[in-house]
Amino acid sequence: MMDVIKEDQVLDCSGMLCPMPVVKTSKAIKTLEVGQVLKMIATDPGAPPDMEAWSRQTGNELLRSMQDEGKFVFYIRRVK
Amino acid sequence: MSKSDPNAPKRLALIASKGTLDWAYPPFILATAAGALGWEAGVFFTFYGLTLLKPKLTAAVTPVGNPAMPMKMPFGPEGFQNINWPIPQLIMANVPGFNALATTLMKQTFENKGVASIEELRQMAIELDVRLIGCQMTMDVFGFKREDFIKECEIGGAATFLEYAADADVQLFV
Repeated sequence: MMDVIKEDQVLDCSGMLCPMPVVKTSKAIKTLEVGQVLKMIATDPGAPPDMEAWSRQTGNELLRSMQDEGKFVFYIRRVK
Repeated sequence: MSKSDPNAPKRLALIASKGTLDWAYPPFILATAAGALGWEAGVFFTFYGLTLLKPKLTAAVTPVGNPAMPMKMPFGPEGFQNINWPIPQLIMANVPGFNALATTLMKQTFENKGVASIEELRQMAIELDVRLIGCQMTMDVFGFKREDFIKECEIGGAATFLEYAADADVQLFV
């Protein structure tokens, strides 16, 4: 049983293909305070590797990347 | 200047040389993705690519000369949509309006699949502060004026792009 992560904001990118999930995520994360958590939902199979690359490049922390009912769910903490 | 300042963001420098709907995608996808990664990005629009900076985008696609292009229908049952129609080049080249039809079908397919339109991607690139540079020489050759292009772009030449690209971490020609 995984710990429950509480998000401060939810961004649904279901149905969107590259590069929309990362573009929308980068926009959304800027509206959060440092330390807050964004939950992003996507259906694009390219989203998991892209979100990992996005996290490494931007320095924002990808707390969890998981699949839930056929969707990809990401929890990201704004670091800077 | 990314090379001289270690704290500067990474930089992407692209050349967009093609003005068709299919080839309009790579530069705008890469530039917006770079912006999302926190990178600087700049695109030099030259030759046919320059038309991607016009206020009204008219980029079309032509299946003639693109023999690898899948010809699929964006509507109907899944089995029907998955058929790759074997349309002879002779027909594609000679039936009036075939390019317009193929363009409409490609736009509809992309929309159905969740791909943003070129208009949307360009607007996002502008919001992400992507540097859009229109080629002065191409303007002169084709008889375009500054006011034929969106106000968000700048106009420059090869030296303008090379100076920007010299300090880029990734440079690509599309």
